[in-house]
Amino acid sequence: MAAITAEGLSTVYPNGVRAVDALDLKITDGELFALLGPSGCGKTTLLRTIAGLEGATDGTVAIGDRDVTRLQPGERRVAMVFQDYALFPHMTVSENIAYPLRVRGAAKSVQRETAVRTAGGLSLGDLLDRRPGQLSGGQQQRAALARAVAASAEVLLLDEPLSNLDARLRLEARTFLKKLQRELALTTVFVTHDQAEALALADRIAVMDDGRIRQLGTPREVFQRPADTFVANFIGSTPMNLVPRGSEIIGVRPEYLSPAAGGLFTGEVSIVENLGVTSLVTLDCGEDQIGYVVPEDDEPEIGATVTVDAPPARVLRYDRETGLLVR
Amino acid sequence: MDSSGLGVRRAAGFVAPALLLIGVFLVFPALWTLYIGITNYQLTGPAAANPQVVGLDNLAEAVRDPLFTNSLWLTALFVLFSAVIGQNVLGFVLAWLLRSVSPWLRRTTEGLVLLCWILPSTVVAFLWFAVLSRDTGTLGLLLGQPETSWLVQYPMTSLVIFNVWRGTAFSMLLYTSALAAVPPSQLETARLAGASGWQTVRDVVFPHIRGHVLTNTLLISLWTANDFTPFLLTSGGPNHQSEVLPVLIYRQALEGGRLGYASAMSMLLLVGNLVIALVYLRLLRRRA
Repeated sequence: MAAITAEGLSTVYPNGVRAVDALDLKITDGELFALLGPSGCGKTTLLRTIAGLEGATDGTVAIGDRDVTRLQPGERRVAMVFQDYALFPHMTVSENIAYPLRVRGAAKSVQRETAVRTAGGLSLGDLLDRRPGQLSGGQQQRAALARAVAASAEVLLLDEPLSNLDARLRLEARTFLKKLQRELALTTVFVTHDQAEALALADRIAVMDDGRIRQLGTPREVFQRPADTFVANFIGSTPMNLVPRGSEIIGVRPEYLSPAAGGLFTGEVSIVENLGVTSLVTLDCGEDQIGYVVPEDDEPEIGATVTVDAPPARVLRYDRETGLLVR
Repeated sequence: MDSSGLGVRRAAGFVAPALLLIGVFLVFPALWTLYIGITNYQLTGPAAANPQVVGLDNLAEAVRDPLFTNSLWLTALFVLFSAVIGQNVLGFVLAWLLRSVSPWLRRTTEGLVLLCWILPSTVVAFLWFAVLSRDTGTLGLLLGQPETSWLVQYPMTSLVIFNVWRGTAFSMLLYTSALAAVPPSQLETARLAGASGWQTVRDVVFPHIRGHVLTNTLLISLWTANDFTPFLLTSGGPNHQSEVLPVLIYRQALEGGRLGYASAMSMLLLVGNLVIALVYLRLLRRRA
């Protein structure tokens, strides 16, 4: 169990790309932490730098009170689950799970015992003698998790843990992952480009762009009060309305807007998209397109003129120059 | 079956020239060798004009001939040390190490190793004479013992080292592409588990490239067993000490003039090749 501290951390690739740029970050002990951002934002590089698979160009990484910046990956006491799970195809599930112990020269009986115990905890008990090729995607993921857990590392790193699963399984795996992390109380960092996944899983989220952290906060903070227009745009299943007004940009989520007698925006209904329980309505307001969400069976007619408003606390103002949250 | 849409007759017309060439230069000589292997055909003399069929006498003689058994043993050593061990291991080590060095060093090394491979045998043989010969050889001068005549005093060792130098490029290239197929995430998982380089090779890399190892070993074993370049360096000498089978066969046929006997030994070499191939195919199948 350990916190992760990065100070002034930079990772520059030989081609000169600053994938991680002078970054400060503290991930507390036992936390489930998300690194969220679009592809190429440096989130995976940051994860790999914590693991030691990429060398830090500048700055330090510490796990607990150990400075691990110059340690080899194998000496850092971190375990990582890769996007493709990286199970060894020629080994059984049991041998895969026990591999970290085998490397350290643990006795065969200890290896098997640990594999059985760990697999039991991840409902893989019946699959110990199968090979990875004979497992479903979800089972493979759990086998990879079991191997990471069996390494008895202080930190668990997950690279896009859910992206290789199909949509239905993903939800199940998400719940499972959160439950497992709670049980283990293991400091866990995961990388994702899916904002919904980050919001649902994480205790705290770092939203990254261009090698830097744009915002760090709980899912609620990041969703309700995005620190700048980039985060505002990135977070949320329907993008936030960002409307320039003078020197400011007004930001308000479609979910917080509802029809009113008078209010922020008035326009003509141009598109209605069915989202299931709700529908997303797009209003043409001169140059701006405003989206708002209505309950099912409550959709306005196309072409109708509608005025929408939001509670004042839900209306955010951003500086037009810097894109930063003003209020 | 007429996938080209040409019609069988016209398709056969297109293939015929190739088949003819293969027949004349490959199939016929092979069958001819089988035939003269059972005769007492000679390069000169009465048996050259009227060869008599002697049946399996040539084979029986070869098996009892100390020159042949000596040669068979030397060929086995040559294949084992220069191909199966030398080229294989060095080729893999080069491929493995070159992954993690700077691109210019990798390209330079690969270029040099390839150069050893693509130069014509005769040129290469002269280069090695320059290195190994007595009095003026580069190696002797470098080591301060110019009186050593490496090819005469250590003929087999010289041949083995020469063949490793000569043939490693192929193994290196094959293993380079094989290693590219090992998923990086599996290598990194091993690294995170704290596996040493050797553990990673044994547990992660080797199971992935086992098929490549077998194919490579098969090819280089056959090439080495049939390699005639040793003749250019030592001519089999001194006193038959480096007379591998292709050299023995050549000397029996063209220096001794015993074409029938040499053909019979060629057949034995062919059988040896087949045995090597069968063993590897067996191993390859067991994998699947």
